Amino acid sequence: MIDLGDHAAFIIGAYAAVTVGLAGLIAWIIADARQQARMLAELEAQGITRRSARGDQASGAKGSAK
Amino acid sequence: MTQPEGIFNRLANPTRFMSIAGAVLPWLIAVTVILFATGLYLTFFVAPPDYQQGQTVKIMFIHVPSAWLAMMGYSLIAVSSIGSLIWRHPLADVSAKAAAPIGAVFTFLALVTGSLWGKPMWGTFWVWDARLTSVLVLLFLYLGLIALWQSIEDASRAGRAAAILALVGFVNVPIIKFSVDWWNTLHQPASVARMDGPAIHSSILTPLMVMAAAFTCLFFVLHLKAMTTEILRRRVEALRMTQVARAAAE
Repeated sequence: MIDLGDHAAFIIGAYAAVTVGLAGLIAWIIADARQQARMLAELEAQGITRRSARGDQASGAKGSAK
Repeated sequence: MTQPEGIFNRLANPTRFMSIAGAVLPWLIAVTVILFATGLYLTFFVAPPDYQQGQTVKIMFIHVPSAWLAMMGYSLIAVSSIGSLIWRHPLADVSAKAAAPIGAVFTFLALVTGSLWGKPMWGTFWVWDARLTSVLVLLFLYLGLIALWQSIEDASRAGRAAAILALVGFVNVPIIKFSVDWWNTLHQPASVARMDGPAIHSSILTPLMVMAAAFTCLFFVLHLKAMTTEILRRRVEALRMTQVARAAAE
């Protein structure tokens, strides 16, 4: 067992805070990505696609950020 | 003004950017995991206690990288804002918007870990000295940027407003950096990024730099993922507008 000294609670608390903070950030980013991918798939399943996806496959995608 | 040639111009195509990000991310994630494993091993099993701080020095291995990334994240937003305002690069405001929540979290963690280090070392969780106060201001700037993005519905207008706020707020970054030199602060002066070189022994400096590299790689993993998600979000928004237009036409 590592001896963290007299202030072990502060050290453990700091690492716990970073672990929780980064885990929450990672989880939020992954969840957001999955939600957007799901919504995009639902819209495309309804036949609503980007102009570039519909007509420009032969010349290569030239889509915008929208 | 014409766009700069080269890699930034080639990355202006969101589809190409997403393809490149998809190829890079798995490798970057693997490097991040290896760096964290190495850094945590060095932190808990190799790094000795500091002659003044004792084992509390271990908080530095997460506090310092968090603080560095808080400033690096805002600097990235500032550079992206220049790209957005001057060159109107299509992905510049995507980069800025994606970086804001990530930078805000690292800033918050820098403040929390700093407070947990400060209580045993200084006898207090907080003092209103220049370094701590300017980092708190940085957190408020991040939150302000996020709020601005959320409050303006049109992405282009939101991007311009946020870019202006980001560039005005960038003055805080050198204030944070040089606060310990310009004012009498409880926070100690720089120990790593100094003109004379690092003032830390290698037994402490090596774990610190490995953890800093791990945190940096994690930042870019999350930033790349958030950028691809923002591109998807804008596509969803565009398709929804198409859906509404079709419904109105019928």
